[in-house]
Amino acid sequence: MASYTIALAGNPNVGKSTVFNALTNLHQHTGNWPGKTVATARGTFTYGGETYTLVDLPGTYSLLADSAEEEIARDYIRSGEADATVVVADATCLERNLNLTLQVMECTHPVILCVNLLDEAEKKGIAVDLTALQDALGIPVIGTAAGGGRGLDALRAAVRQAVHTPLPPPPPIVSYPDTEGLCADQRQDAIAGALLTRARELAAAAVRTPEDAHRRDRRLDRLFTSKATGIPVMLLLLGAVFWLTITGANVPSELLSRLLFSLQEPLRSALAYIHLPALLQSALVDGVYRTVAWVVSVMLPPMAIFFPLFTLLEDAGYLPRVAFNLDHHFKCAGACGRQSLTMCMGFGCNACGVMGCRIIDSPRERLIAILTNSFVPCNGRFPTLIALITMFFVTGSGLTGSLLSAALLLAAIVLAVAMTLLASRLLSRTVLKGTPSSFSLELPPYRMPRVGQVILRSVLDRTLFVLGRAVMVAAPAGLLIWLLANLPAGDASLLSAGARLLDPLGRAMGLDGMILLAFLLGFPANEIVIPILLMGYLSAGSLTDYATLGELKALLLANGWTLRTAFCAALFTLFHFPCGTTCLTIRRESGSWKWTALGVALPTAAGVVLCMAVNLLLH
Amino acid sequence: MSTLDQLPVGSNATVASLTLTGNKRRRLLDLGFAPGSAVRALQESPWGDPVAYAVHGAVIALRREDAKRITLV
Repeated sequence: MASYTIALAGNPNVGKSTVFNALTNLHQHTGNWPGKTVATARGTFTYGGETYTLVDLPGTYSLLADSAEEEIARDYIRSGEADATVVVADATCLERNLNLTLQVMECTHPVILCVNLLDEAEKKGIAVDLTALQDALGIPVIGTAAGGGRGLDALRAAVRQAVHTPLPPPPPIVSYPDTEGLCADQRQDAIAGALLTRARELAAAAVRTPEDAHRRDRRLDRLFTSKATGIPVMLLLLGAVFWLTITGANVPSELLSRLLFSLQEPLRSALAYIHLPALLQSALVDGVYRTVAWVVSVMLPPMAIFFPLFTLLEDAGYLPRVAFNLDHHFKCAGACGRQSLTMCMGFGCNACGVMGCRIIDSPRERLIAILTNSFVPCNGRFPTLIALITMFFVTGSGLTGSLLSAALLLAAIVLAVAMTLLASRLLSRTVLKGTPSSFSLELPPYRMPRVGQVILRSVLDRTLFVLGRAVMVAAPAGLLIWLLANLPAGDASLLSAGARLLDPLGRAMGLDGMILLAFLLGFPANEIVIPILLMGYLSAGSLTDYATLGELKALLLANGWTLRTAFCAALFTLFHFPCGTTCLTIRRESGSWKWTALGVALPTAAGVVLCMAVNLLLH
Repeated sequence: MSTLDQLPVGSNATVASLTLTGNKRRRLLDLGFAPGSAVRALQESPWGDPVAYAVHGAVIALRREDAKRITLV
């Protein structure tokens, strides 16, 4: 069977990944902000009995500059490895996209132009004359709305035709001025100017844009980014996401927890029935099963709500506005404006956030973003924060209670962002000295997110993935902790002995030895900190069950917790060493153990100092 | 000679030249800030910096010290 390779190029944020996914059925996450694809993804589809391998290149504005993304795209297109190149363009701002199209056409042949987001263009009253564009460019032009599946068959057919019976190479359509005798900069200006002028002429001839096409976008921008409303609306949106997460997760979390814990004893009986030794029964039930049950019931509901909500904001195009709103502060901290985007990714998962730092070009600013990413809490830490807040700081129930919880969580996040900026500033004043490099950010058109797809995709792709990973870690960790809690060391268990050793430091931080030990043993994944803590306290003698938050609070109170303990524990949840996966990712992305050590030391030191200060103040 | 950072929000102008070199210049050119390009200042961020500009059919935000390197006709 014949097989062909097709390159997929395009500006950032034109739905390139959606086209890729729609053609290949591969679930690559698409985000409505620049620089999502930092490495090339590959997928295949079959059409007319032939196999096509699709290579998704990073989104770029041009092939001429030297950022990492542009180099990957340029080198790949020039290598001639692809049998054809598809340039994906945004129908709502075609002029900008034609600039790259013209550059690609000069590098390779055959090229197909895919004018995507036709549905968005129609909503804005923008009409694209595809035939006129095809005639002017001399290459096949296909209109699509990939999110809804429109035009994909025509695109497949065009790809097939391009590799079998391509049109003849079009004559040069950009007329460059004579650059003889000009200096390098002037030559650059002349080339860029010629490309932009040609793109504008082509767009003017083929696209009819009504006067008020972008009025809605500008109105939304005024709401989301103006002096008066930008920051309040941002806090309100984030607060609303938290509130929905907390209130929505409450009931399912409790139901799930009751269900899973009600299965505990039947499971034990079943293990007894097959004559498993009592010790092994206890290890499997009290160690492995309990830890996994906790992680599932506490993690799953908030994640299943938070991820889709966050993805909705992302898909609607709101995240670049956050970067726009916060850039001033990142500039003052000597960091890159794109760091607010990687910081947002950190809310999902710090390891993903660290990897996302590849979108930052300057090595100095990239390192700052990598080393400070763990200052924002990931999804493994949100449930712990929510549990601590609900148990200790919120007295009211119902609407007031949940609103207060959301407000406190919001305050925690504002503190985390402030600490990120402070740490970035510290780094750029000391070990990573330098001036901010130039920064530009595209504010892409707003899009109505496809709610159904977003929910499906974020539940399947993100939630289950993160949960699966957490369970994979929780199961063996549960066993290990059980062993530590039940193996004797002298007169106590290993766990108690360890906790006793750490107690002086823990006390100085407003915590206790067991809490500190739980954080240390939770190094593989932050999700398991609370289960470890519980097992530690339970092994110390007080045999309470802990299926609900109320019972959990009783157990903590019985072990000497006060408001101050809870406050310090919340602080340390925000600021401590990154989890194992994140550490390995920092090592890989920074290429050095030295930077990794700093990435561990920085948030840990912040947490220890803050906890000690609070402990002294509240004493 | 006026520069882009001085362009009041809501006003239009035409780019005259870029006063930087190398990759930074290249980057601004790729974004559409080339001599002859029409630009419009759309919106300041809540802190007055960066500012969003409409240029060649897209909206691009630039920090003030970068906009200062773009002179206007």
